[in-house]
Amino acid sequence: MTAPAQTGSPSRGAIRIDDVVKIYDPNGAAVMAVDHCSLDIEAGEICMIVGPSGCGKTTLLNAIAGFHEITSGRIMLDGVVLCSTEKPKAEPGSDRIVVFQNGALFPWKTNLENIAFGPIMQGKLTKAEAKEKALSMMADAGLSGTEHNYPGEVSSGTRRRVEIVRALMNNPSVLLLDEPYRALDSLTKSVMHEALLEIYYKNKVTIFFITHDLEEAIFLGHKVAIMTSRPCKPKKILTVDIPHPRDYSVLTSKRFRELIEETNEAVHEEALKAFQAGEKEG
Amino acid sequence: MATHKLSAQSAVRGAFSILAFLLLWELGSRSTQWIGADIFSPLRELLGGLGFKKTYLPWVGAIPAPTEVLAAWAGVIGDAGYWQSWYKSVFRVLAGFITAMLIGIPFGLLLAVNRTAFGIGFPVFEVLRPIPPLAWVPASIIFWPTQEMSIAFVTFLGAFYTIVINVVGGAKSIDQRYFQAAQSMGSSKWDIFKRIILPGTLPSIMVGSAVGMGITWEVVVAAEMISGGGSSTGGTGGGGLGFFIWNSYVGGSYQQIVVGMISIGIAGFFSSELLRALGKYVTPWLRLR
Repeated sequence: MTAPAQTGSPSRGAIRIDDVVKIYDPNGAAVMAVDHCSLDIEAGEICMIVGPSGCGKTTLLNAIAGFHEITSGRIMLDGVVLCSTEKPKAEPGSDRIVVFQNGALFPWKTNLENIAFGPIMQGKLTKAEAKEKALSMMADAGLSGTEHNYPGEVSSGTRRRVEIVRALMNNPSVLLLDEPYRALDSLTKSVMHEALLEIYYKNKVTIFFITHDLEEAIFLGHKVAIMTSRPCKPKKILTVDIPHPRDYSVLTSKRFRELIEETNEAVHEEALKAFQAGEKEG
Repeated sequence: MATHKLSAQSAVRGAFSILAFLLLWELGSRSTQWIGADIFSPLRELLGGLGFKKTYLPWVGAIPAPTEVLAAWAGVIGDAGYWQSWYKSVFRVLAGFITAMLIGIPFGLLLAVNRTAFGIGFPVFEVLRPIPPLAWVPASIIFWPTQEMSIAFVTFLGAFYTIVINVVGGAKSIDQRYFQAAQSMGSSKWDIFKRIILPGTLPSIMVGSAVGMGITWEVVVAAEMISGGGSSTGGTGGGGLGFFIWNSYVGGSYQQIVVGMISIGIAGFFSSELLRALGKYVTPWLRLR
């Protein structure tokens, strides 16, 4: 893994998803979760994946992270094959860090210890160095004062920010976010969006962000991939031509409303399909 | 501030509850004296109708009053044999309990992390587990060379199964995401064991220990009663608190039976408090709010 300067123009983190298929239990129920899905994400891009619940978005994320196998196809990061038909499971690595849906901060470690965890594990920094770096990153992210609290002692919004800072401590090429703000109320959510953008402008990593909230997707993303309901593949890929840096005034802009209108129908259609499929299964 | 106030309040409540309990007990035991009064004649008739003696409250009237127990206690408190009983029982409980932790925690962790070990070890464990520790007493007396060792062994069994089953359950229920996150951040297998599995299992270890400690006291008292507690070797009170109670029963000193019972209650209470304090110390993240 190369470790270039943290700021400046992003030179790493380009993901190419190439004709990926994932079938669960191929010899039994054979549920197709991902269907010949192809998607290109540029280095330093925020790519939002929008789709109904249970459509197979997380399957895709798990394949990139190296938690699950793919059935066929290929996923590459900066030209290097992560997984393919021949080697179905990628190695998990600190170049691709996941921020989980319900959070995965270690409850038995303080926020500071959580954030310092990665570099110590990788042997990149000593304990003292890692703590020092963690302290300065926490200060940058407005997390001063919560260093010695346990995750269970702070608000869920703070926990999410701690987890994102923990991910960034590893200097990853890609952040994989799996509906990180799902459980938050809308006010906290709006604060979190701006905080995420602020962190992004400082760190410029590629962000692969799963959500089912279209407004969130268009507000944050350079690119929004609207996925079909199961099996999952891109139905429509939208390039959001609202320039970054963005702030909350974007939400009331005309262009934002137009983009919502343009995509709303596609999203609604898939949600309806997913709902009907669910009715049938139930 | 608020928590301080709260603990003061609960201390007052606790003291009140114990005092009220003692008062009711005293009244119940002394029912022979007050139940004879004229105003209680309907109550007397009612008791008689239910088939009880008309002279006192059933059950409660038959056991010694707290004041009598206190007097009996004052009688034995200077007796070395009484304290020898304490020492014997506490020693046996600690020996059995600590051995159970030393063997049970690593064994449980091994079963939890290693599929082969689980496949080989767990079936045997599950067959032996339903056998109550007290069913082991005769076999244990035959097997172990000294009576002391056989009691320690049975005490050990009391805590062992509970600790193992809690460790296995606790380690297996650790959220998958913690492993995935640790793996992504470059943790080795040993790191994952040390930094995820071990702390993730600690709360269950503490729960298993607390339950195990309770069972240990149950078992030690019963084992002492059955085996005679090795009293032949230790003079008057060498048999532990269980034997102290049994001996009092045989000797017809009912006040002393209760003294023994309350002694065990106090010992059990302090054991639990000790474990609770230990738990707070080793799992500080659960001390929230």
